[in-house]
Amino acid sequence: MADLLINTFGLPDWLAWSVTAMVAAVLILNVIAGGALVFIWAERKIAARIQDRLGPTRTGGRFGWLQSLADGIKLLAKEDLMPEGADALLFRIAPYVSFCASFCAFIALPFAFDVVGQRLNVGVFFVVAVLGLEVFGVILAGYASASKWSLFGAMREAAQVVSYEVPLGMCVVVPVMLAGSMDLVTIGEKQAGWFTNWYLFHDPFTFVIFWVYVTCAVASVNRAPFDLAEAESELVAGFHTEYSGLRWSFFFMAEYGSMFLVSALAAVLFLGGWNGPVPVARLLGLSEGTGDTAHYLVRLVGCGNLLLKATLGVLVMMWIRWTLPRLRIDQVMTTCLKYCTPIAAAMFAGVLLWQLALPGGLVRGLPHWLSRPSGEIREGWLEGPGGRAVRRSRTTSGPSQAAPRAAAMPEPSVSRPGSHGVAEVRP
Amino acid sequence: MMFCSAAPCAVALAAGFPALPLLAAAPFTTPVGVAHYLVVGAILFTTGVVCMALKRNALGVLMGIELVLNGANVNFVAFSSSYLRGEGAASLGLDGQAIALFVILLAAAEAAVALAITLNFYNNHATVDVDQADDLKG
Amino acid sequence: MSGASIGLLAAFAPPLAAINWHSVLFFLFAVVACACAVAVVLADNVVRMAFYLVLSLGATAGLFFLAGAEFVGAMQLMIYVGGTLVLLVFGVMLTAQAPFVAIKTSSSDRVLAGLVGAALLVVLLQSAFRVDAWRRPAVADPGPPTATPLGMALLGIRVDEPAAGSPAAGGSVAVVRNGYLLPFEIVSVHLLVVLVGAAYLARAKRRRTPRAIDVAASSTGPETAAREARRSSTSALVSGGRP
Repeated sequence: MADLLINTFGLPDWLAWSVTAMVAAVLILNVIAGGALVFIWAERKIAARIQDRLGPTRTGGRFGWLQSLADGIKLLAKEDLMPEGADALLFRIAPYVSFCASFCAFIALPFAFDVVGQRLNVGVFFVVAVLGLEVFGVILAGYASASKWSLFGAMREAAQVVSYEVPLGMCVVVPVMLAGSMDLVTIGEKQAGWFTNWYLFHDPFTFVIFWVYVTCAVASVNRAPFDLAEAESELVAGFHTEYSGLRWSFFFMAEYGSMFLVSALAAVLFLGGWNGPVPVARLLGLSEGTGDTAHYLVRLVGCGNLLLKATLGVLVMMWIRWTLPRLRIDQVMTTCLKYCTPIAAAMFAGVLLWQLALPGGLVRGLPHWLSRPSGEIREGWLEGPGGRAVRRSRTTSGPSQAAPRAAAMPEPSVSRPGSHGVAEVRP
Repeated sequence: MMFCSAAPCAVALAAGFPALPLLAAAPFTTPVGVAHYLVVGAILFTTGVVCMALKRNALGVLMGIELVLNGANVNFVAFSSSYLRGEGAASLGLDGQAIALFVILLAAAEAAVALAITLNFYNNHATVDVDQADDLKG
Repeated sequence: MSGASIGLLAAFAPPLAAINWHSVLFFLFAVVACACAVAVVLADNVVRMAFYLVLSLGATAGLFFLAGAEFVGAMQLMIYVGGTLVLLVFGVMLTAQAPFVAIKTSSSDRVLAGLVGAALLVVLLQSAFRVDAWRRPAVADPGPPTATPLGMALLGIRVDEPAAGSPAAGGSVAVVRNGYLLPFEIVSVHLLVVLVGAAYLARAKRRRTPRAIDVAASSTGPETAAREARRSSTSALVSGGRP
C-alpha cells in the first residue's frame, strides 16, 4: 500500500509509510474490537441455545443484535473502582499489557497473500512468543488487586499458560516443518489449491497434531474447560475480580482477540489459510499480477475465507465451553504434561518420518512413492530456485559438497503467487 | 491554538535560525549506526551492574544479572547486523546472532538455578535479604 | 493562524521531508529500554522492578527486530521475556511478603555504586564513539532473512560462507567457519541438567522440624501467619496440590 501512496499520490516516503502503518493498525484494532462485539453476542446466543433458552431477544430487535452495544455502554458508565491495598500503577496498567500482547500478535498474521501488517521471516515464532506475553497482564492484575482470590486465579493461569506453551510450540512446528519456512505467508501459500492440499489432510500425524493444537490453544487462552483463572464458581472471578467497567472490558477484548488469533493461526497453519476449498481463482484463470483488479478481488475473497475460518474456530471454542465441564488445576496440568506433550512429541516424530518417506502429502506423495526406484538415498526436500522443491541427494563427500551446500540456501522469502505448493521433481 | 502562540517563534526561527529545527530533528532523519546500539548496550550493562551492587533483595540482584546479559546481547546483535553497518563493511553476521541466541539460552538456565537457590535461601532463612546471608562470615 | 502554521511548517520543512522511521522507532525503543532499566534500579518495590524489567527486555526485543535480527528478537520475546521473566515473576510472587517487598539500601552504598556505574558508563560510551565505522551506516540494506541460515548453522552447515576448498574461498580451507552443532547440543544437555537440578533444589520438602519462615510467622502474630498460610497455599496450588 505504501508503494501505491508513493507512486500514485506522490506522497513523501515517510508520510506514505506512516499512513500505511496507521491504516494497518486501525484495521487490526477494528478486527479485534468488532470481533469482540460480535463474539460477545454470539457467545450469549450460543450459550443460551445450548442451555435450551433464547438469549438476548430484546435489544435491537428479535435477535438482540445490539446487546453487545448495550453491554459496552453499560461498561463505560460504570464506576472506576480500585481496591484500597492495590498497587495503583500495576493495577491500572495490567489490562493494557494483556491487550497489547493480544494486539501485537496480529502484526504478523496474514489475512490474504501478502496482506499482512509486517511480513516477518519468523512469523509463526513471533505470534507464539507474543501470545505467551499475555500472562504478564494476568499476573500483574492478580497481584495488584490485593485480594487472595485474584492472586490464586492469576498464579493458576500463569502456570497453565506457561505449561501449555510447550505442546503448543511442538504442534506449531509441524506445519513449519511441512512448509519449510516460519513465514506465515509462505505456509498459507503452500496450501493453495484444492482442500486436499491443506496440511490437515497431509498425513494422519498432522491430523492428530491439529486436534492437540486445538486443545493447547483452548488452554492457552483460558477458555473452558481450562478456565480456572475465571472460575466463577470457585474464585468469584479469578484475576479480574476487582476490575469493573472499561478496565474489565479490556481484559475481555484481549481474551476474544486471543481466541480469534489462535483460530486464525490454526486456519493458516492447518486449514489452508485464505485458500478456499476450491481454487476458484486458478480455475477461472484470473491473473495474479500485482495491481490488477482481479488480484485485489482474489485477495479480498482470501481475507473473507480466513475470517470465516477463524470465526468458525471461535464458535467451536464457544460450543466446547458450554458443553464440557471445567477441569481442576491438577487435571489441567495432567492433560498438559501427561497427554498433550507426549502425543505432540510422538506425532512430531511421525511427521518427521513421513516427510522422509513420503514427502508431498498423502494425495500427491503416495503415487510418487509407489513408483520410486529402489536403492536411492534421499536427503530431503529443500527450496530450490523458483520456489520449487528440489531433491538433494548426497553422492560422495568432498568437494562436491560445495554445490549442494550452495543449493541448500533457499530463496529469500519472495514466494511468487504462481508457484502453487510443492512441486515434485520426477526421478 | 498552539500555532498562534508560537507564531513569533516560528517567524524568528524561519528568519534567523534555520539550522535549529534541522539540529533538533537530526536524530530522526539520519540513520542509526552501530554506535547508537552500543550506547543502549552500555546503559543496560551499567544499569545491571549498579542493580547487582545496590539491591538487597536477591531477586533484585537476579534482575541486574538479566540486564547485564541483555546489554551484552544488544552489543552482539549490533555488531552482527549488516543493516547497521552498511554495505561492504565487515560485520559479525551470523556469528553474532548465534552468540546472542546462546546467551539467551544460558541466561534462562542460569536464572532457573539462581531462582532455585533464592527459594531455598528463603525457605531456610525466612528472608530474601542478601545482607543477611552471612552464616559463613569469618 | 494559518499564516503562523505555514511559517512553522516552513521552518520545519527540511527535516520533516526526510523522517527516517527506522531511527524514530530505534529511539522510541531505546528510550523505553534505558528508562525502564534505570527504573529497575531506582524502584524499591520488587514487583514494580520486575514489571519494569519486562518492559525493558521487551523494548530490547524491538531493538533486535530493528537491527534485522528477527529470529533473535522473537527468541528474546519467547524465551527471555516469556520464560525467564515469568520464572522471575513467579519467584517474586512467592517471596513478595510485606517486609521484603521494599528493602532499602543505605545511602553510602548507593553513592558508591553510582560512582562505579558512572565511571563504567563513561568508559563504555567513549569506546562506542571512538570508531568511525560504527557511527553511520554507508548504505542501509536490510540483508537476507536470517532464520534459515541460522537454523542451518545450528545444524553445522554454514550457508552464508563459502565452503572449504571451493573456488569462492580461493581454494583455501582456513576461511570456513564451522557451524554451531556442538554448542547447540551442549546447550541442550545443559538445559536438561539445569532443569533437573533446579527442580531438585526447589522441591517441596517434607519437614519434620518446622521451617524457619513458619517459626518466624508464629512468633510475629496471626496477621503474618495468615499471610504465610496464603503464601504456602499459593505455592501448593502452583505445585499442584502436593504438600
